[in-house]
Amino acid sequence: MSTRPLTVAVTGLNATDNPAPGVGVIRSLRDAPGFRGRIVGLAYDALDSGLYARDIGLDAGWLIPYPSQGVEALRERLRFIHAARPIDVLVPTLDSELPGFIELEPELREWGIRMFLPTREQLELRQKSRLADLGARAGLEVPASKALSDVSELYRIQAEIPYPLMVKGVFYGAVLARSPDEAAAAFHATAARWGLPVIAQRWHAGEEYDVVAVGDGRGGMVGAVPMKKLLLSDKGKGWAGVAVRDPNLLEAARRFFAATSWRGPCELEILRTAEGRYLLIEVNPRFPAWSYLAAGAGQNLPWAVVQLALGDSLAPLPDFRAGTLFVRISLDQIATLAELQALTTGGLSRLEEHLP
Amino acid sequence: MDPLQRLRDLAVSESGFVFDPYSGQTYSLNPSGQVALEAVRRGEGPEAVAEALRLRFEVDPGQDLARDVAEFLRALREQGWPAPGAEGP
Repeated sequence: MSTRPLTVAVTGLNATDNPAPGVGVIRSLRDAPGFRGRIVGLAYDALDSGLYARDIGLDAGWLIPYPSQGVEALRERLRFIHAARPIDVLVPTLDSELPGFIELEPELREWGIRMFLPTREQLELRQKSRLADLGARAGLEVPASKALSDVSELYRIQAEIPYPLMVKGVFYGAVLARSPDEAAAAFHATAARWGLPVIAQRWHAGEEYDVVAVGDGRGGMVGAVPMKKLLLSDKGKGWAGVAVRDPNLLEAARRFFAATSWRGPCELEILRTAEGRYLLIEVNPRFPAWSYLAAGAGQNLPWAVVQLALGDSLAPLPDFRAGTLFVRISLDQIATLAELQALTTGGLSRLEEHLP
Repeated sequence: MDPLQRLRDLAVSESGFVFDPYSGQTYSLNPSGQVALEAVRRGEGPEAVAEALRLRFEVDPGQDLARDVAEFLRALREQGWPAPGAEGP
């Protein structure tokens, strides 16, 4: 276990009713008894609410360019931030930023910034459009899916995928469509936001479970905590959930890691049908927003990822406590104009506040 | 997984709050439901479940305990739990 003082940078600080994972990852790190470091928040907007969450103890906050601005812009911004506040470990938490960080990983390592990320090949293998390949490789049942680049395909798809079906974006978003017209509207909205292809996926009745897990990059599973959502927001996001111990869910995660040698965190979305079948419906290549439940249940997976990024040897993680719940809250945080100004014009540092 | 084992792994509090650690589902039982569930978890049949209730509670002579037990076991089966007497009362 590392005892060095560390600086860990975490992205994804937008914590709305569709929250990014960053705040949960940071809270997990703050809870880790072995972590004594500083945490830097990397945000995309000066009003990303995690920047103002005093209880997570951000030591500094910086804005970084959106992934659409390209890798060069990200490299230059990270160079600037790293010069001002050297970073030891960086934990990206958003799907859309992963390709850029994976491309920069060798260079960042030379600078002294470590990450624990999947490879580009692993990232592509879990794409929604390749779910059938992944299922066959891992021995996991998956729902029929088809990648669409033309909306007219939705009017001919019934033979392959009957209605109702799910319309999914390449990065985010899932809409249940009961007819071709509903699907077409969802197709256009999804394509406008996330681009093409749009994924049509067979809908099955059942209970959805999610598993936050970390792969060691050699086919092994570092840890995993399955969760059942108990309450959904109007965007379908889990607003409350409970850790569960279904051995079939943990076995599915093990198979995924064995088949892919996945390196880093991920979230598996698994449907248990009324007949007791387990269908892998999606793999998200990063921590989910509810990662803090894993730490609260006894398995601090974000801290494990930081240790793995550092190359530290990792003791087997303790078992988690099934029945541990999370219940999300929405609250108003008070901030100062000086904070907003600092974030907008340069970077926010709270280190001064820690001085005697 | 052995369905009876799954039933035995239910976390049941003294107040009758039940948590299924496999599915995340929660239930509430009244005191007689708790006694009946405990008997089912021991692998008892409908008659033994009724006997457990008779030992624990005062049962009105006019009450059709066998019917009440059958109803409880049917409710368990409807929730996907193994319970004796699948052929019905």
